[in-house]
Amino acid sequence: MIKKIIVLFLILIPMNSFALIEVDITRGNLDPLPIAVSPLSIDEKSKKSFKKVLNKQNIGEEISNIVENNLKTSGLFNPLSKEAFLQAPDIANLKPRFEDWNLIKAQALITGKVSNVNEKLRVEFRLWDVLAAKEMMALAFTTVPSNWRRVGHIISDKIYERLTGEKGYFDTRIIYVAEEGPKTQRIKKLAIMDQDGFNNKFLTLGNELVLTPRFNPTSQMVTYLSYFKNLPRVYLLDIETGTQEVVGDFPGMTFAPRFSPDGKKIIMSLAKDGKSDIYSMDLENRIVEKITNHPSIDTSPSYSPDGKYITFNSDRSGYQQIYIMKSDGSDVKRISFGNGLYGTPVWSPRGDLIAFTKLHKGKFYIGVMRTDGKGERLLTENYYQEAPSWSPNGRVLIFYRETKTNDKGEGFTAKLWSIDLTGYNERQIKTPTDASDPSWSSLLSN
Amino acid sequence: MTLTKIFKNSLLVLISCLILSACATKKEIASDIKGSMQGDVYTGTDTVEYLAEGVPDRVFFATNESILTTASRETLRAQAAWLRKNSGINVVLEGHADERGTREYNLALGERRANAAKDYLMTYGISSNRITVLSYGKERPVDSGSNPLSWSKNRRSVTVKAN
Repeated sequence: MIKKIIVLFLILIPMNSFALIEVDITRGNLDPLPIAVSPLSIDEKSKKSFKKVLNKQNIGEEISNIVENNLKTSGLFNPLSKEAFLQAPDIANLKPRFEDWNLIKAQALITGKVSNVNEKLRVEFRLWDVLAAKEMMALAFTTVPSNWRRVGHIISDKIYERLTGEKGYFDTRIIYVAEEGPKTQRIKKLAIMDQDGFNNKFLTLGNELVLTPRFNPTSQMVTYLSYFKNLPRVYLLDIETGTQEVVGDFPGMTFAPRFSPDGKKIIMSLAKDGKSDIYSMDLENRIVEKITNHPSIDTSPSYSPDGKYITFNSDRSGYQQIYIMKSDGSDVKRISFGNGLYGTPVWSPRGDLIAFTKLHKGKFYIGVMRTDGKGERLLTENYYQEAPSWSPNGRVLIFYRETKTNDKGEGFTAKLWSIDLTGYNERQIKTPTDASDPSWSSLLSN
Repeated sequence: MTLTKIFKNSLLVLISCLILSACATKKEIASDIKGSMQGDVYTGTDTVEYLAEGVPDRVFFATNESILTTASRETLRAQAAWLRKNSGINVVLEGHADERGTREYNLALGERRANAAKDYLMTYGISSNRITVLSYGKERPVDSGSNPLSWSKNRRSVTVKAN
């Protein structure tokens, strides 16, 4: 029997690695791994106490539903129908009868248990390789009950990591712009939600136009554009405290902000006298640096993960194209040479790719290219879509898509979508209102 | 229909509009020339409001362009003349783009368009401190259609009284 030690948050039990199941995520996965997510078992007493606190009939089932949904939306796993499960959750967690799980073609099995320990939520779970009849991982968490959704996401991340060999992206949040009202008079608010669309919260009231929110590396701060008092400027928002401040004192519109990878600087554009140049501002000493100096439009800057380079789009060639330069503004090089216009370059967290929006022959594409501009791959084509943002593990892109209106100008919608780097597994992310300008947080745990 | 023919037609419409504007009301003209574009620059008056009689409030642009057309320059000269006569009035030039471009680039493009209008007003004697530029990018279309005509109405710089 494995002995588990419990600290407040997370304990990893070391395990031996044999040649167990592995999921390859580098190719489009057309054959997702069949996985059985057994509901987490719960004793009657704990069930009742959590029902009281969380208003959920069976918190064990709820948490396993989160895990199941995450694994399914990743496109890499195929969670099997619970109706086919033969073994009761509590018994399965002690020792699965692998023949039973084999029978329903499960290759991996997740079991677990929820209990109330001193008014805290304690969740343990195990991942089993059904074919090898072996335990692959066993973990336990103890946290405040209100954190139950996060526990589900953290479990999902651990399973994803164990089976794919790469970090997950489930314990993350999305900041975006919630949209309402007619197209000609859109009301826009900053909103934040969990990666799976739950816990949606509006951060601004909609009194002024807000655009393009982006997280800092610790996901506690957000930089965005606000039209407060009709002066479009880059702002900084502390999500916990709600404190907002304008970034710098610029003689014109500042826009297109992003944090540097160390979170110490904000890079953005300043539009003045018909030209837009790229500037950075150090958030500690407030020193402003002008990085590009060209009569063209230079905007949508994004740092490489090591902070040494910046990619941006510019129309200095006559049309909007993607460039890279050193972070001091030297060595500017155009990298997009395909047909059409290229914009919104975003450096992948792995450093090897740049995601972009492309407009060609009246269609909009989300694509990726290597940092030298070679190896362009278009992942999705639509009437209108733009602004890709990377999942923290660099495997998924989130972006927004708008629909064409009819002859009367009706039927406009804006929604968030995600797609795998492979070009497969395109999904809409449900939001309470229309939505645009998504930005993916870093992994909140670890 | 050949391009030259379209061009001639729209030119005719443009001329008739200029002639008509002297005697007809705004509404009649609007119904006459609704739907007209030259190249892809909007030449109608569907969405146009007036700062004063004979002083249209907006100018239109070609896709991804900020060059002022002959008609735009004429509009801006009328605005400059009106501003010279009304020296107490300041204006905001609101620059806009259509929905067929990325949000951030369009913010810059709107600013560039409004600045093209500002520069022209300045060459006709309007002091820069009477003019504020405000770009809305593609955030405030006047026409919610998803077609070339709607987009042409949205690519604009609008002169708005600030006081």
